[in-house]
Amino acid sequence: MVDSYTNVSVDKIIAEFKDVKSGLLPALHAIDEKYKVIPEEALVKLSQVFNIPVSQIYGVATFYAKFAVNQRGKNVIRFCESAPCHIAGAAELVAAFEKQLGIKAGETTLDGKFTLEFCQCVGMCQEAPVFTINQQPYFNVSIEEIPEILARF
Amino acid sequence: METVTAVIDGCKVEVAKGTTILDAAKTVGIKIPTLCYHPDQSIKANCRICVVEVEGVQLLQAACATAVGKDMVIKTNTMAVREARKTVLELILAHHPQDCLQCIRNQNCELQTLAHEYNVRENRFEHIDENLLLDLTSPGVHRDPNKCIKCGRCIEVCERVQTAAVYSKYNRGFKVGVAPVLNLGLGEVACINCGQCVHACPVGAIYENDQHEQVWDAICDPKKHVVCQMAPAIRVALAEEFGLNAGELEMGKIVAALRQIGFDKVFHTNFTADLTIIEEGNELLHRINNGGKLPMITSCSPGWIKYCEHFYPDFLDNLSTCKSPQQMFGALVKTYYAEKASIDPADIYSVSFMPCTAKKFECIRPEMNSSGYQDVDVVLTTRELARMIREAGIDIVNIAPEDFDAPMGMYTGAAVIFGATGGVMEAALRTVYEVVTGKTLQDINFTAVRGMEGIKEATVDLDGLEVKVAVAHTTGNARKLLDAIRAGEKFYHFIEVMACPGGCIGGGGQPYGTTNEIRQKRIDAIYDEDAGLPIRKSHENPAITQLYEEFLKEPLGHKSHELLHTHYTKRSLYPFSKEEK
Ligand code: SF4
Ligand code: SF4
Ligand code: FES
Ligand code: FES
Repeated sequence: MVDSYTNVSVDKIIAEFKDVKSGLLPALHAIDEKYKVIPEEALVKLSQVFNIPVSQIYGVATFYAKFAVNQRGKNVIRFCESAPCHIAGAAELVAAFEKQLGIKAGETTLDGKFTLEFCQCVGMCQEAPVFTINQQPYFNVSIEEIPEILARF
Repeated sequence: METVTAVIDGCKVEVAKGTTILDAAKTVGIKIPTLCYHPDQSIKANCRICVVEVEGVQLLQAACATAVGKDMVIKTNTMAVREARKTVLELILAHHPQDCLQCIRNQNCELQTLAHEYNVRENRFEHIDENLLLDLTSPGVHRDPNKCIKCGRCIEVCERVQTAAVYSKYNRGFKVGVAPVLNLGLGEVACINCGQCVHACPVGAIYENDQHEQVWDAICDPKKHVVCQMAPAIRVALAEEFGLNAGELEMGKIVAALRQIGFDKVFHTNFTADLTIIEEGNELLHRINNGGKLPMITSCSPGWIKYCEHFYPDFLDNLSTCKSPQQMFGALVKTYYAEKASIDPADIYSVSFMPCTAKKFECIRPEMNSSGYQDVDVVLTTRELARMIREAGIDIVNIAPEDFDAPMGMYTGAAVIFGATGGVMEAALRTVYEVVTGKTLQDINFTAVRGMEGIKEATVDLDGLEVKVAVAHTTGNARKLLDAIRAGEKFYHFIEVMACPGGCIGGGGQPYGTTNEIRQKRIDAIYDEDAGLPIRKSHENPAITQLYEEFLKEPLGHKSHELLHTHYTKRSLYPFSKEEK
C-alpha cells in the first residue's frame, strides 16, 4: 500500500523523464506501471520537476481513467497488518470497519470522510490489535465500539 | 480599423473585425445570456447558454466565441434558441442544489437570474444530488462544490491573474469537478485567501467565511465594549450594495449605521494607515541610509504576504516589518485606546470591516497578539457589513450622517488612497519627500503611480537622492516584478504590492461580481475623496502627532517595535505534503 512506497523510487522514476519533451504523461505512465496508483508524493515531485502547478498535474492525472490518483479522505484509518496485530484479530476488525463504511481497504468513502488503509507495525504491539485514525492510535477496540468511534469524526 | 457589417435580429451593426456576436449584440441593445463568459477573462465557451442562430449555419453558435462575419444574419430570439437555452438551464439545474432561499448568492446569482429570465418552472431531467463535502478549511474563503457549474472562471483568475494556481478541473465528462489538488480544502493548499475566485464565480460555489453572527453576539453581550474600524475601500463599494454608484454613499451615513447596529465606538482604519506611512516611511529611509535590504516591499496586503511566504520566501527580508493598518489598529485599540478610555482590554471586542477575505486569515496569525490578546477579534467583509445593515433594517441611504469617534477616527487624504493601487506609494512619497527635503511639496499628486496599469514605475528626486519605485497589483504582476529583480534586470528602492486587481477596492470581500470596469469607478471615487479632504499628508494628521507624543514617543521606537512591527513565516508550495512540511 501507499505507506510502504519509498519516495526515493518515485523520485527516481520521475527523474528519468526530466528532460524528455512533454515528459509528464510518460512519467505518469511509468509511475502507474510500477505502483498501479499515482501517489500524492508523486504529484508534488512531478510539479517540482516539470515546474507545473501541482493543481494542473492533478487535473491531468485525473483526466485519464487509466490513472488512479490516490485520493485520501479527510480522515485516514490505518490498520496495522504486521504479525502481532494479525494474530490478535485485526482481520475481523478490518472487516467490521469495511462493513460500517461500505468500502474496502484502500478505498475512500463517497463523502470523502474516511480512507481505510493498511500500514506496518506502529510499535505498540503490546496493545494489539492496533489501528490509528489520523495521528491517534486506538487499542483493543471491540466491534461494538466502532459506530461510536466513527461518529466522533 | 477594418470593420464588418452584419444584421442581428433585424438591426444593422457595424463592428471592428473580430468582434464577437455577444459584443456586437450589446451595441444594439440585445442581451445574450452568458455563464462561463467573464468580461475580464478569456473565452471558454463551455456552458452553451449564449447560443444564437446564424443563417446558413446548421448548428447553433456560441455568441461569446464566434466573431461576426461579413454580412452575417444572426437571430438571437427564435424558438430554437429559446428552447436550447432553456434546456441548458434545465440540465445545469438538474445537477444543482435547489437551495436558492438559503443560498449566500440569493438574488445575486447569474444562474438564478437566468432561470428567472427564462421562466424555468419545471425540469424534464431527473435531479441528481452529489452531496460533496463543503470546504470550510480556510479562514477566508469557503466553497460549496455542489453548486459549482464547472465554468472554469475561478481556475483562470487564480492561475493567470494571481498565479497561485490553486484550482483545477479534475476527472472528465459527467464526473468533472473543480477543486484544489487532491480535492483538498483551500486551507490545506497554497491559497492566499485573496478571494478573487469569489468574484469570478457566477454562482454561490465560492464565498467568504461569513462571521457576522459572531459580531451580533458580541454586540448583545453587555460585558463587551465593541469597537470597529473600517478600511478606506469600504465606503466607495458599500454604495453599490444599496443601489448607488461607487462612492455615492457619504461616509457619515456609514458611521451612523454602525452606531445603529450597536457599536460602542466607530473608528477608522485610515487612522493607522496614516501611522503606517510614518513608520514605513522611516523604515525606508533607515534602510536606504544604513545599507539595509532593498527594495523594501509594502506589507499591508495579507494576500500578498502569504503569496510571498509560499512563492518567494527568499524575499521575506525585503518585506517591510510594518504590520498592516488593520493590525496596527488592533494592537493600539487594546493598549493605547484601552488606557485612554480606562477600559480593561479583556472586555474590548475589536471588529474590522475590510474589503478583503485575506484579512480574516491575517487577524488569526499567531503573532498578531501584541496587546496580550488577539488584537483584532474578527474581520467582516463589505458584503457582511451590508448584510448586517439590511438585517438591522437601517435605511442607510436616508440616515442622518454622524462623525467618527476620537481619536482613532481622524485621518488624511493620504490614508484614503490606500484603497487604490499605487495609493500607499503615493501616500509614502508625500511624507518621505517632505521629511527628507524639509520642503513643502508643490504638487502632491503622484499620478504616475495611479491607475489600472499592472506594473507602474517612477523615479522621484528627493533633493538629489533619486528614489526608484514600482507599484504592482495582483500577485501575478508581483511575480513578474520579483522575477526581474531576481534576474538582476531591475533595481528599485521601494515597491508597493497589493494582491487584488486595482488594490483593496477590488478585494475579495467587495460586492459580488466585481469586474475591472467597476474597479475603475471605485478608484475614481477614492481619488475624489482624497482631493476633497482638508489634510492630505499623513504626517500632518494631528491625532497621529498626539499618539506619538502621548504613547509611542518616536517612529521605529521601542513601543512601535512591540506593537506595530512583525515578522514573516516561510511556507511550502505544497503545505499538504508530508515530505515538504
Ligand atoms: S448558486 Fe444561485 S442558483 Fe444555485 S442555489 Fe445559490 S442562488 Fe440558487
Ligand atoms: S467554483 Fe464557481 S467559478 Fe469555479 S468553476 Fe465552479 S462555478 Fe465556475
Ligand atoms: S504489530 Fe501492530 S503495532 Fe506492532
Ligand atoms: S457564455 Fe458562451 S458558451 Fe458560456
